Amino acid sequence: MSDTLAPPRRPGTRGRSTPRGSFALRLFGERLSLLVRPRTLAVCLALALLSALVLVVSVSVGDYEIPLEAVPGAIFGHGERLDVFFVQGVRLPRALTAIGVGAALGIAGAVFQSLSRNALGSPDIIGFTSGAATGAVTAILVLGAGRLAVSLGAIAGGLLTAAVVYLLAMKNGVQGYRLVLVGIGVSAMLGSVRDYLLTRAELTDALGAQIWMIGSLNGRGWGEVAAVWVCLALLGPVLLAQGKRLRFMELGEETARGLGVSTQATQLTALAAASALTGAAIAVAGPIGFVALAAPQLARRLARTGGTTLVGSALMGAALLVVADLVALRALAPVQLPAGVVTAVIGGSYLIWLLYTEWRGGRA
Amino acid sequence: MALRAPTLTRPTPTRRIIRPIGLLAALGVLAMCTLLSVTVGTKPIPVADVWAALTAYDGSYDHDVIRSLRVPRTVIGVFVGAALGLAGALMQALTRNPLAEPGILGVNSGAAAAVVLTTLALGSTGTAHVWPAFVGAALAAVAVYALGSRGRASATPVRLALAGTAVTVVLQGLIHGVFVLNEFVFDRIRFWQVGSLTGRDLDVFWQVAPFLVAGVVLTLCLGPSLNAVALGDDLAATLGANIPLVRTVTAVAVILLCGAATAAAGPIWFVGLVIPHAARLITGPDQRWLLPYSAVLGAVLLTAADVLGRVVLPDSELEVGIITALVGAPLFIALVRSRRMAQL
Repeated sequence: MSDTLAPPRRPGTRGRSTPRGSFALRLFGERLSLLVRPRTLAVCLALALLSALVLVVSVSVGDYEIPLEAVPGAIFGHGERLDVFFVQGVRLPRALTAIGVGAALGIAGAVFQSLSRNALGSPDIIGFTSGAATGAVTAILVLGAGRLAVSLGAIAGGLLTAAVVYLLAMKNGVQGYRLVLVGIGVSAMLGSVRDYLLTRAELTDALGAQIWMIGSLNGRGWGEVAAVWVCLALLGPVLLAQGKRLRFMELGEETARGLGVSTQATQLTALAAASALTGAAIAVAGPIGFVALAAPQLARRLARTGGTTLVGSALMGAALLVVADLVALRALAPVQLPAGVVTAVIGGSYLIWLLYTEWRGGRA
Repeated sequence: MALRAPTLTRPTPTRRIIRPIGLLAALGVLAMCTLLSVTVGTKPIPVADVWAALTAYDGSYDHDVIRSLRVPRTVIGVFVGAALGLAGALMQALTRNPLAEPGILGVNSGAAAAVVLTTLALGSTGTAHVWPAFVGAALAAVAVYALGSRGRASATPVRLALAGTAVTVVLQGLIHGVFVLNEFVFDRIRFWQVGSLTGRDLDVFWQVAPFLVAGVVLTLCLGPSLNAVALGDDLAATLGANIPLVRTVTAVAVILLCGAATAAAGPIWFVGLVIPHAARLITGPDQRWLLPYSAVLGAVLLTAADVLGRVVLPDSELEVGIITALVGAPLFIALVRSRRMAQL
């Protein structure tokens, strides 16, 4: 990730023509080269800055207020004991989890959208999220499972549902609209299964399951931070390395093949890595909806790029979720809403806006 | 509205015979389902006793079960099923979209969200939330239709379905937020939102009955006009149909039917989708036949699903909303996969 954000060392020296306003960035003696657009760079920097800012704010506010100027010190263990306890023990891990989960969802969403060549081909619409929620609720209410088993149940449910939706949508290849509609149908069916399970449980169990299936960051600690950031560190570079090929894939499979992309290998690698990232995010925070749908498209619009960008999507996802979590925490304080409620409202509104402004035939 | 519009295809002679006979047969099946619904259950009660309970009530346990439990849920099942079948047929005709359905297009979610908010605000313990359900259904329907049909191109199936999904997502977020804030509301609504006929008494029915009847009457008057609308706006206008009027009346009927059905039984998905398609197989595209068929078959499906839900599990009941979702979703997917959808 740092490669795109790093300052250019030798901008465009080879005299190759680049699009206006952008410059080529070459690292490791030509082995890694990137085309950097100033606008994309600015958007990425702004999003990173926003995330950092919101992180500091969300660490400082709460029932126990910590003055902003004391926050940086407390993060590194200096200052009043209570400040340090709240920052290091409670609020910082939560905010870092939000950023990690958001980034994972953003990048995974961008990959899914590139692969399906569809702005709606996100894990939310193709049933991954709904399947994960159903898997988690089943694990909690039917099997009485603990934390780890619930996470595994969610991942299994998500993968299984996404696979089923994909297979059901296949008929002379997978077409965008069919994938979306099959996803809606399967999600509706799973929703009623969840509703059924919720009526069969004791109230407290049902409420716990309900919160889990919305997706929440309440009470997440350093274990979760480690889990999601390790996955990001392992899988992020794999996906970034595929970034260029994914852009070619957006042009269509045959065009990509003509341009020398081994489409099947790319598809398989990217699909596996993106699914694993989504799974990790869900395991940590529950099926938080619509970050993966909205982040890549919002990043694309802000940066005015033609296709989805992985780094931009990751940063946008991180910013979206950390803001959503702050809203969820403070909107109705002292009651804490699950972050998934806020992302659902944001994501749904985004979808409405998308339909309202620029639906002119083309997509889906 | 007393308009005699030609249908696209002249009915074949066989279809001309089959349609009235089929409707009678469907009514017969409905009568059978009704009978099953009052006799079958955790405690089977013979038909003779059922009859006695209705005509010569003696206060015994069996008679009490019949009068206070079985009859209300059967009556509500028949009317809710008919309402949902009709609402689906109307929505499909109005939007000229095979996937239109109260659940998919978010109308149910609108009603549900309004009911949840009312329960939160008033802490009401009543089982029917008629007025909020209407307001919610109406708002969601208008929003989805406005979103789905904006722009030059007419509302395509996928666009309307997406508009419905978008509205549903926002409303679900709202509902879930309320659930987390208030355990009492969650505890009440979780049993209602499955879509169930259990534990409804006749009071619920009397509260929604006027709206249901109004909706059904409006709908049955609409048949000929909807036939004209099916030919496209321009052609319908030259045939003398008042398109804005037809649209408005249809929308009002849809909201009456969906709001009343949801208020009585909770949000039930896919009945409105499955039934008109099944009916169309028998009747062809003629709305004058399609609408009554949809009403009768909708009632059949809901009562049959309710009876099935009582016997399918050994020691508990499966709610009717679950069964219709399990039956309806596969059909929805089959429809999406079918060739005809691809051409729309």
